[in-house]
Amino acid sequence: MPDAISVINVTKRFGSLTAVNSISFSVKKGEIFGFLGPNGAGKTTTTRMLTGVLKPDFGDVQILGHSMVSAPLLAKQKFGVVPETSNAYPDLTAWQNLMFMGELYGLGSEHAKERTLYLLQIFDLYEHAQKKVQSFSKGMKQRLILAMALIHEPELIFLDEPTSGLDVSSARMILSMLREMNSRGVTIFLTTHNMDEANTLCHRVGIIRSGNLIAIDSPEKLKDTLDKIHQIEVSFNRDIPEEMLRNLPGITTFSRFGDKWKLSAQDKDLAIRSLVALSEHEGMSIISLNTLAPTLDDVFLRLTGGEK
Amino acid sequence: MNIRMVREQTRRAFSIAKKDLRIYYYKPPVLISGILMPIFLCMAFLMGNKSVSLPFLIAGLLSMTLFFTATAISPVIFPWEGQTRTLERLISCPVAPESIIMGDMIASTIFGIAITLVALFIGHLIGVIVIHWILLICAIIIGSICFSAIGMLLSVPPTAVSQNIMLLSTLVKFPLIFVSGIFMPVEQMPGAGQVIAYLSPLTYFTDIARFSLTGTGYFPIYFDVWMLLLFTIILSVASIVLHKKTMPLRI
Repeated sequence: MPDAISVINVTKRFGSLTAVNSISFSVKKGEIFGFLGPNGAGKTTTTRMLTGVLKPDFGDVQILGHSMVSAPLLAKQKFGVVPETSNAYPDLTAWQNLMFMGELYGLGSEHAKERTLYLLQIFDLYEHAQKKVQSFSKGMKQRLILAMALIHEPELIFLDEPTSGLDVSSARMILSMLREMNSRGVTIFLTTHNMDEANTLCHRVGIIRSGNLIAIDSPEKLKDTLDKIHQIEVSFNRDIPEEMLRNLPGITTFSRFGDKWKLSAQDKDLAIRSLVALSEHEGMSIISLNTLAPTLDDVFLRLTGGEK
Repeated sequence: MNIRMVREQTRRAFSIAKKDLRIYYYKPPVLISGILMPIFLCMAFLMGNKSVSLPFLIAGLLSMTLFFTATAISPVIFPWEGQTRTLERLISCPVAPESIIMGDMIASTIFGIAITLVALFIGHLIGVIVIHWILLICAIIIGSICFSAIGMLLSVPPTAVSQNIMLLSTLVKFPLIFVSGIFMPVEQMPGAGQVIAYLSPLTYFTDIARFSLTGTGYFPIYFDVWMLLLFTIILSVASIVLHKKTMPLRI
């Protein structure tokens, strides 16, 4: 089974600036892939090369088996795009925008009408079908853009900051649509600054910095490889002296914060087992125990140089 | 690209043209100015030169109407769409750059033809008789394609500031009007003016229009038709080639 996206040694230069430097990666079919990076890292340039808006100077992009360099029209037929900046036509109605997209993707008139009607209904825009887009709120525009990207039932969809600046209800609606689409096998390539979104939605994430892909893995594995020292927060049902924790296997350092102890451990598993054994041995019970794993934010900041 | 793909891309070019007509052309100010501006120019010319015949005047009106309307909106579509990022959407769709350019040209051509037919109807109402109908209609169609290509060429510089293009457009369009035999027959122009007139496609359309309404023209009619066709082909190809080069710079 071919990958949904294969990026092969892709390079893009603007004058003397190398915006993207020979990056290679692939996105599997049915995957939600998050593409992260600070501003100016090459995210948008990469996404534009993947969607055929820019041509790479070197390398190739394969979309579901079609080369974006040698067969761009076949490749573009396979995906939908939700760009960062809303770009529906403000002087057309929602209905006209969707029908226009249907025509550009080669849908027959009746099929385009059916899809338009269906998408207007599921994105809660049916009541506004005949209104010009210039009167829409940001949330409505973003839902329309997503609907436009789905008009031809693509197998792959590119989204750039799909929930940026949206109200909670529109953001939730879009995220739930993405999950639902993915459960039906649609591959999703998501460019985002929202680490929570990437963490909860993506099967894998790639992080780009200065035009180079510096990490690619699942969010949990990336977090796991970031820091070998884990933080654990524990509280017992009674006060205990420091000495009890001093020689516990697996625990490196400890300090007290109110009624809790904050411990650091190289081996998280061994430290937790030691704490459980201690509480049993001393006849205590554990009231709370939290492992403070690094967040995807921490991973991102560490890898992109935002945190020294 | 095989025949099926060419057919599909042609359909998509017409979809883009339909979109352009809806967004940029079906606006009262555009429609009104498309008709009024040439009429005012002709009236000003008529008041300054009462010896001119009505068919001569209407032939000039047709030329100006076609030229102004076919080049009115096409130069600013690319800058507008670049600015609103709708061009990026079009490029990410399965639409060839040629189809995008052709779509804009088709819209401009249709608009040019429609408004010129209104001007022709006005001429008919005030008593002008068309001697060569088929020739005139063919020339309006070819001329509209040709002038749309000029409009597209004017938008080749990859700027998102439409005012810059409008200024460039004015600098090119008005001198062309004065060297193309609309206000002064080519035969009455000074030597240098006649040479420049040969380089303007508007000269040949004006000559055909004059021949169709008065029965006489400056050039042999077949020469007018071939020159108009030649300009149409050269300008259309140049427009497609140059826009393909500058399109990525608008993103």
